[in-house]
Amino acid sequence: MRKWNYPDILKRMSLLATVALVLSGCTGSSLLDPKGPIGAEQKYLIMTSFYLMMIVVIPVIIMTILFAWRYNYIKNAKYSPNWSHSNKIEVVVWAVPLAIILILSILTWRSTHALDPHRVPESDREPIVVQVMAMDWKWLFIYPEQGIASVNELAFPVDTPVEFRVTSNSVMNSFFIPQLGSQIYAMAGMENTVHLLATEEGTYRGMSANYSGHGFSGMHFKALATSDEGFQQWVDSVRQSPESLQQDSFNELAKPSRNNPVEYYSTVTPGLYTDIVNSYITSGDSSHHGAEE
Amino acid sequence: MSTQSMTNQDAHAHGHEHHEHHDPVATKVFGFWIYIMSDCVLFATIFATYAVLATNYAGGPTSHELFELPFVLVETFVLLASSFMIGLATLAMNKGNKQGTMLWLALTLVLGAVFVALEIYEFHHFISEGAGPQRSAFLSSFFTLVGTHGLHVTSGVIWAIILLIQIATKGLTDMNRSRLMCLSLFWHFLHIIWICVFTIVYLVGAI
Amino acid sequence: MFGKLSIEAIPYHEPIVMIALGGAALIGLAIAAAITYYKKWGYLWKEWITSVDHKRLGVMYIIVAIIMLLRGFSDAIMMRAQQAIASGGAEGYLPPEHYDQIFTAHGVIMIFFMAMPFMVGLINIVVPLQIGARDVAFPFLNSLSFWLTVSGVILVNVSLGVGEFAATGWLAYPPLSDIQYSPGVGVDYWIWSLQISGIGTLLTGVNFFVTILKMRAPGMTMMKMPMFTWTSLCSVVLIIAAFPILTVTIALLTLDRYLGTHFFTNDMGGNQMMYVNLIWAWGHPEVYILVLPAFGIFAEVVATYCKKRLFGYTSMVYATVAITILSFLVWLHHFFTMGAGANVNSFFGIATMIIAIPTGVKIFNWLFTMYEGRVQFTVPMAWTIGFLITFTIGGMTGVLLAVPGADYVLHNSLFLIAHFHNVIIGGVVFGYLAGFTYWFPKVFGFKLNEKLGKASAWCWIVGFFVAFMPLYALGFMGMTRRLNSYDNPDWHFPLIVAAVGAAIIACGIACQLLQVVVSIKDRHKNIDETGDPWGGRTLEWSIPSPAPFYNFAHTPVVEERDAFWHMKEKGISEQKPAEYQDIHMPKNTSAGFFIGIIAAVFGFGLIWHMWWLAIAAGVGIFVTMVLRTFNDDIDYYVPAAEVERIESQRYQKLSNQA
Repeated sequence: MRKWNYPDILKRMSLLATVALVLSGCTGSSLLDPKGPIGAEQKYLIMTSFYLMMIVVIPVIIMTILFAWRYNYIKNAKYSPNWSHSNKIEVVVWAVPLAIILILSILTWRSTHALDPHRVPESDREPIVVQVMAMDWKWLFIYPEQGIASVNELAFPVDTPVEFRVTSNSVMNSFFIPQLGSQIYAMAGMENTVHLLATEEGTYRGMSANYSGHGFSGMHFKALATSDEGFQQWVDSVRQSPESLQQDSFNELAKPSRNNPVEYYSTVTPGLYTDIVNSYITSGDSSHHGAEE
Repeated sequence: MSTQSMTNQDAHAHGHEHHEHHDPVATKVFGFWIYIMSDCVLFATIFATYAVLATNYAGGPTSHELFELPFVLVETFVLLASSFMIGLATLAMNKGNKQGTMLWLALTLVLGAVFVALEIYEFHHFISEGAGPQRSAFLSSFFTLVGTHGLHVTSGVIWAIILLIQIATKGLTDMNRSRLMCLSLFWHFLHIIWICVFTIVYLVGAI
Repeated sequence: MFGKLSIEAIPYHEPIVMIALGGAALIGLAIAAAITYYKKWGYLWKEWITSVDHKRLGVMYIIVAIIMLLRGFSDAIMMRAQQAIASGGAEGYLPPEHYDQIFTAHGVIMIFFMAMPFMVGLINIVVPLQIGARDVAFPFLNSLSFWLTVSGVILVNVSLGVGEFAATGWLAYPPLSDIQYSPGVGVDYWIWSLQISGIGTLLTGVNFFVTILKMRAPGMTMMKMPMFTWTSLCSVVLIIAAFPILTVTIALLTLDRYLGTHFFTNDMGGNQMMYVNLIWAWGHPEVYILVLPAFGIFAEVVATYCKKRLFGYTSMVYATVAITILSFLVWLHHFFTMGAGANVNSFFGIATMIIAIPTGVKIFNWLFTMYEGRVQFTVPMAWTIGFLITFTIGGMTGVLLAVPGADYVLHNSLFLIAHFHNVIIGGVVFGYLAGFTYWFPKVFGFKLNEKLGKASAWCWIVGFFVAFMPLYALGFMGMTRRLNSYDNPDWHFPLIVAAVGAAIIACGIACQLLQVVVSIKDRHKNIDETGDPWGGRTLEWSIPSPAPFYNFAHTPVVEERDAFWHMKEKGISEQKPAEYQDIHMPKNTSAGFFIGIIAAVFGFGLIWHMWWLAIAAGVGIFVTMVLRTFNDDIDYYVPAAEVERIESQRYQKLSNQA
């Protein structure tokens, strides 16, 4: 029987791990390059949990290789065929994972409350509200305070908490801007909320993180984190648009489309968003959703 | 340790090779118990969906407007009586009384059929009033829960008919005995489920 | 007359599908021709199709699983190729309409029609032998279960050539799977293939639960059961408790689609999150249904090839039971991003992490079984070592995903995909392949080729890391699952690496198939005369290889754990019994086969809204069942003389060897 070269496995594995880390490190990876406090905390959380678990993972991998190599039957090492119980070892193998999970549990309890998507991030500025609607297959953003709307493009000032009120006019989607942090499901007849905050200006990738049909791959958008002036300019440019969003144009927009271009609406019928959400709850008439393909 | 293994070996030596570690009738009934456990999970899941959707009327009729307790009470008593009958059938079987077993089993299935007929009447009545399963999530879950129970009773009735033929042609064989024991378990189980339906759906819904 | 079915349902304008179908048809024709040429149809019918022998059913389950592995894996290759090509706005070679069916089919096939039949096949072959039983509790039910599984397999494969498959993702979340958003027959194929095969699985669960509890050899108390039997028991308990939930969930979706009810619709009071809750209340236990038997296999393999008692048997049993119970308390971790409150999310997150404790204990128990043992590097051991390393990493990423705060950014990303392939390939697939090699001689009487087995293990292990490590990285890079094309150039290179990994895994599969072919060719060289080729510890090695159809000429009496090892130590393992007795055996029956096939027709009728066909098939199933209950001629006795003749051949061989 051929003897296995175990250090070889180790070498390959570490090589792969390095490749993976390098890949994620040097290509401006989203989650490891957060642009706001929520994303930053999540990165910290992932890293902490990762290191904690290494306390078990590394010994297990080393022991696997070591035991397999040391007790190879051709080596004639110590052999105890009937040894199958040891209180000491049992205590250790139950206690160590238990201790780690205990620490992780505390971390989980705290972080889950701190990162609750419904929680408003600390800031000395008032949050702005954006109503988000997943449609087949594009994102509609309505700014109730500004009375404007846009498709597949989102803008907000940095250092200002943004409250996203997320729903769907179709199937389930998930609203996600990786570099800013938490995602949340978008479902018809329901208003979900997620609060995000950007601390750095830039254009971030946003998308749907829950498969929603054939146009899903094109269902991404640009999230522009701008200065206050930049945001005002963006609002002004949206207000220049000849289009306005009311029931008719909404029904037109609700028809399925793929890789929808960015669109602006200079005005929005007040209460349109709430009407759509409620339409799924109160009445059985779904014809005006216009979502059939 | 050694005493135990001795006993085992003794048992082994004395027992018949093909009967020694299981009795087919007992195994069958035990297996049927396990099936009933899984059926319990099935009903528990449907009850859970009913609990979630029970007030989602979507502007349609409410449970309070629909349910008529006296009618349901009649259904309940019919099923209760049929449960009693199958108990008598089992007793007759244990006494080896073939005629009695068949008589009580026939009564069980007649009452079961009456119960199903009453349920169909109720469903028909609701649907003709515009309260069909498509009207709202509440009604979808109501029809599904009560209908699943009804389908179980229906299959019990069919099973009873087949068993009657089997007993008539082959008598109270071991096989038929285990079948009747399983059917009786099934019937009592459906009765318990109905009690839950009666309480959770009709009683809570009508109040 | 034909419901929704028309000639347009045949995808003759899709070259990829037509080539695949043509290939499958050619292979099918070749096999049929070979059977006809060698005049084996009668043999096939009498000895296999109508068989109620648990070993034969087990073999057929595994054949189905391997065929479906090839189908599911070609889906995987197509996906990897598509994502390696469709970068920077390129569309690749698969339009979304096709690609979306492929990833759905891949998930459905790999879980339901590869992993499940493989697992049920191994349990079928091994459990009765390990507990010293002649057969399962309900042999006919066992055959019925198998043919219902086949029925599901048939429907999934028919969807390739007639109509379409679901394009909803493997769990078909509504409202996407509702009639409004998926009006085609794809979801109906999904529904009926899973519903019919799911009922088969449920029956298997009941059958093996009763078998393990009621048919153990005298003296085999619960705490003396072999580890694989224990994990199988826990797995079938989960089947009994979880599969009814799947049955109901699919049935409610069926009602929504067929009768217009409102369980999961957007409007009229429907609740889509209820579906997601229900499907995961089944779905999470399902992964433990798959992985627990694999854990059992590793326990058997490690103890056998380290020539040492399993370390910490008792804590291993408790760990398994703990996992069984906990698996029902964690389903919500599949949708932390639903918007539930922090308390709910933390509860389910912590409950999930707690599962890591008993799992960790198991890993350490395997390691300490190796400690001070005599480790033989056989093929199953290669899989086991690959498993220990791979699965530990997968477990770690699993705990990471169980932290809700982390899941908020990792949910539905390729990190998640990498995680569950890490545990499913590293745990389930490696385990089943280890078990396949380990028990192969018991079923066929000869060992599998070592060299090709190791080559396969190497390719799988290396291929796994090359294919899925980039996916972990892509998850951090913000790439979600199920993308048909993408505009982010940074994702391109890792996806090419992943495609290379898939190619390496393909070599692993090729080696595995080649291994079987070469081993059959060299079967006389690798023959197992003793019935105990590995120096086994449990009862299945106490009987000849291949196991005789009645398994045990004499019901063994168990005194210790590792019953056979104990017998060998006491020197009574080769003792010839004083006399033989008649053996009671079930007769073969074609009822299971017919019910299974008619069930496929029933499903087909419902899928295409051919109501007359569905009704006719339904009546057919009912009549077959009733006829079966009227048949009293279901068993027979093997005469003692016949048993003696078969057994003495073996003792002859044994004495020749000595």
